[in-house]
This record gives sequence, structure tokens and C-alpha cells, in this order.
Amino acid sequence: MITVQQLSKSYSTTKGATIQALDGIDLHIDRGDIFGIIGFSGAGKSTLIRCLNRLEEPDTGSIIVGGQDIMLLKGKELRQARQKIGMIFQQFNLLDSRTVFGNVAFPLEVAGKSKAEIRDRVTDILELVQLSDKAGMYPSQLSGGQKQRVGIARALANDPDVLLSDEATSALDPETTHSILELMKDINRKLKLTIVLITHELDVLQHICNRMAVIEGGRIVETGTVDKFFIQPESATSKRFVHIVQNYYANRFLVEGQGAGI
Amino acid sequence: MRDDLIDLLWTGLLETLYMVFWSSLFALAIGLALGITVVVTERGGILPIPILNKVIGFIINTVRSLPFIILIVILLPVSRFIVGTSLGPKAAIVALSIGAAPFLARIIENSLKEVAGGKIEAAKSVGASPVTIIFRVLIPEALPALVRAATIAVIAITEFTAVAGAIGAGGLGSLAIRFGYQRFREDILFATVLVIILLVQIIQWTGDLTARSIQQRRFKRE
Ligand SMILES: Nc1ncnc2c1ncn2[C@@H]1O[C@H](COP(=O)(O)OP(=O)(O)O)[C@@H](O)[C@H]1O
Ligand SMILES: [Mg+2]
Repeated sequence: MITVQQLSKSYSTTKGATIQALDGIDLHIDRGDIFGIIGFSGAGKSTLIRCLNRLEEPDTGSIIVGGQDIMLLKGKELRQARQKIGMIFQQFNLLDSRTVFGNVAFPLEVAGKSKAEIRDRVTDILELVQLSDKAGMYPSQLSGGQKQRVGIARALANDPDVLLSDEATSALDPETTHSILELMKDINRKLKLTIVLITHELDVLQHICNRMAVIEGGRIVETGTVDKFFIQPESATSKRFVHIVQNYYANRFLVEGQGAGI
Repeated sequence: MRDDLIDLLWTGLLETLYMVFWSSLFALAIGLALGITVVVTERGGILPIPILNKVIGFIINTVRSLPFIILIVILLPVSRFIVGTSLGPKAAIVALSIGAAPFLARIIENSLKEVAGGKIEAAKSVGASPVTIIFRVLIPEALPALVRAATIAVIAITEFTAVAGAIGAGGLGSLAIRFGYQRFREDILFATVLVIILLVQIIQWTGDLTARSIQQRRFKRE
């Protein structure tokens, strides 16, 4: 579904230095997969996922999404391609000037759909994300989890083939995170949607991802199944991640063993 | 108090309202166009054109740095060209519109920049064009701030109409100068000041009320 080759991106800072945020990324993501990209802060995760719909302009490389080279598109063609690549964000990024209905309707307005089509589609999607009763509310009246459901509904409005998720659950509590991940699993199955998700939380990976990549200093240092990552971590980043988790469980066991409880 | 007071005040008030209304409308239109252009054309904006950005920025700063009274004098030929006269309320409207527009452009620019970048990115991510983003994201999201900006501008224009009395613009300002100052009619001076204060209050209330009602609709709590 998605093939990335030799993708590089650097930023020039105000002091004249350059930061190589992405350095020759190669990546292949199968259709219908839930693909996780994990890495520590500053590794280049956001830059990578934002290049996939060209919110960020890569320096070099190719990005094929659904057979189309995103890098070759300009203006209107790029905007049309983006309609088929949904995206959700850590900070939700909903429009405060619009109700839940209006937010989900926005991409459909952009796509030039008729009022009747918009009404039907929004109704369906809100049902899918279980927010039918909140259609007339404004974002400020919703909880974090509900806001992210609206974000997901908005991303799905134009029936995309791909959903990009940049730390979509990082601002949510564990229980809400769980329900959002379940929703993503559900839409992956029902809509045969390819999901690319970025995270720094192992729980998220473990919960819904099949295959994954580890990013470190702008390079992919490991790819494979999530199981392999936990059982046989290879890269320094993976080992650090897994080590941190093992330590956590070990300590918890110790504390519990002494009868302190948590 | 003499019996011509009410008549003079009433005529002055109507002239002032006439000037304030049209100047505000034109200044707002020009200011919005300039403010939006500055925001979208800057580096990293939704339609980056750095050169245009610099040019407009320079024009705005130049006009803003001129004292209004000097601006009026410079704009006299422009007024004559546009409305056929360099005297009276119509000429004042030309000067007021052009004089207030750059000021408005700056406060509109600031209001639009308050809109979170993430909202614009989200709009981009669903394939919205720059025009769609301007009219369906940027302006609606900034609306309460824009209403407040417009309120400040209308009040500033109300004050400037008095200065425009210098080119015989008419209105309450001229009244205060011609009768209150030059003919020692203190009753007219005080009455004029009172009416101007009231007018400014009403504009402020209206602006506040409008901004607050938009805000409350969006941020009500159940
Ligand atoms: N707009 C930018 N300007 C300059 N440097 C940036 C910008 N965005 C990201 N970077 C830098 O690029 C690197 C990767 O950032 P990012 O992709 O946001 O990492 P992550 O999402 O993994 O935390 C970091 O070193 C960051 O400081
Ligand atoms: Mg990030």
C-alpha cells in the first residue's frame, strides 16, 4: 500500500545549522496492515508520517501510496490525493467554530459533496465512532476521547485508503487510549483500512500493531513483526524500550512481592 | 443652552455616523484583504510569497507611521480623484478608510495568527485549498478576535472623524472645533463630547456583546 524509498528531510535552524531529521528512509507497508513506528522523542517520527501526505516537504526520495507517487503531485492533484489519506493528531485539531457534525462535514465540503450526501455520510460515520448523540455539540463540550473520535470521523469522512496517526492517543488516559485503539482496530477490519501509527508507547504497539519499524536518529534501524520486537530486539532503541519495560515489570513485581502493593 | 443646540448636534451626529459607517466598512475590507495576505504569504504560511509579504508589510508600516493629520493632507489629491472633492464627509471617508486600513490590517493579522497551526494542518490533511482554509478555517476560527479587532478600529475611526474636521469633514468633531473652540460655545463643546463618549460606549458594548455571544455558543458548558 505504501512504499517509501530513500526519503530524506533536513531542517535548517535559525542559527544556520542543519538537522537531518530523516536520513534515507526505506519502508514498505502492506495493504490492510496496522503498522507501528516507534522511536524516542526527536527520532523523526512526526517528520516521517507528515511526509507521507506532504504536510512536510521531503528533500529527496519517493513515496508511493496506493500506486501513486505522492512526490510527483502538485496543487490540486496533491489535494485530491490527500482526501484519500486521513490523518489524526495528538492535539485533535478540531475546529472550535463548528459542531461535531460540522467538523466531520468539513472534508466532504472540501470534496464538493452535496448537502444531502454530506448529511447521510456524516450520520453514518458518527454512528461508526459512536457519537451520534453528540452531533450538535461543540468540541469544547467533549472529553478528550470523544474529541479524538471526532478526529477519526473527520479523517474517515472521504473514505480514505490510509489512516495516519501521529501519537493520537498520547494525550489520553489509559482507559480512553484503550477504547480509541479498539475503535481503530474495528475500522481497520470493517473498512479494510491501512493504518500507520506513530507512538512512543509500547502498550499501543502491543495492542494493535502487526508489523512495525523502529526509527532512531532519522533512520529505520529495525523492521519486522511486533512479536519479534519484544522477543528479539536488535537495535539499540528497541533494546532500550524493552529494557525499560522489563525493568518496570521487575520492579513492580518486587514491590508487590514485599507486600506494598500498587 | 440655546435652541439651536439640538439641531446642530443632530446634524453633527448624523454626519459622524455616516462617515464612521462607510469608513469602517472600507477600512475593514481593505484591512481584511491586507491582513489575510500578510498572514498567508509569510514564510511557512499556507501560500508563501515572501516578496509580496515584505512589500505589503512595508506599505502598512509606512502608512501607520504617518500622523493622521499629515495623512489627510497627503490624501487630499487622492480624495479629489476618487470622490471629486477634497472637502466634506466624502473626502474624509477616503482619508479615514486609507488611514485606518493598515492599523486594522495589523490587528487582523494578529487575530488570524492566534488560530492554532494544527487546525490549519488538519484542514490541509483533508485536501483543503488555501482559499478554503482562509474562508472556512482561518476567519471562522478567529471570528471572536476579529469582532474585537473591528470594534477597536471603529472606535479609532470615530475619534479620527473629529480630526478630519480639519478638512471641513463635518460631524461632531467639526462642531466642537467650529462652535466650541472658535466661537466659545461651551454648551456645544460639552454636549458634543458627551455624545461622542456615548457613541464610543455603544460601539464597545455592541462589539463586546457580539464577540461574547459567538464565544459562548462555542464554549458553552453543559
Ligand atoms: N520545523 C522544524 N524545524 C527545525 N527542526 C525540526 C522541525 N521539526 C522537527 N525538527 C527536528 O527534527 C528532528 C525530528 O523531529 P520529529 O520528527 O518531530 O521527532 P519525533 O516526532 O520523533 O519526536 C528533531 O531533532 C527536531 O528537533
Ligand atoms: Mg512527534
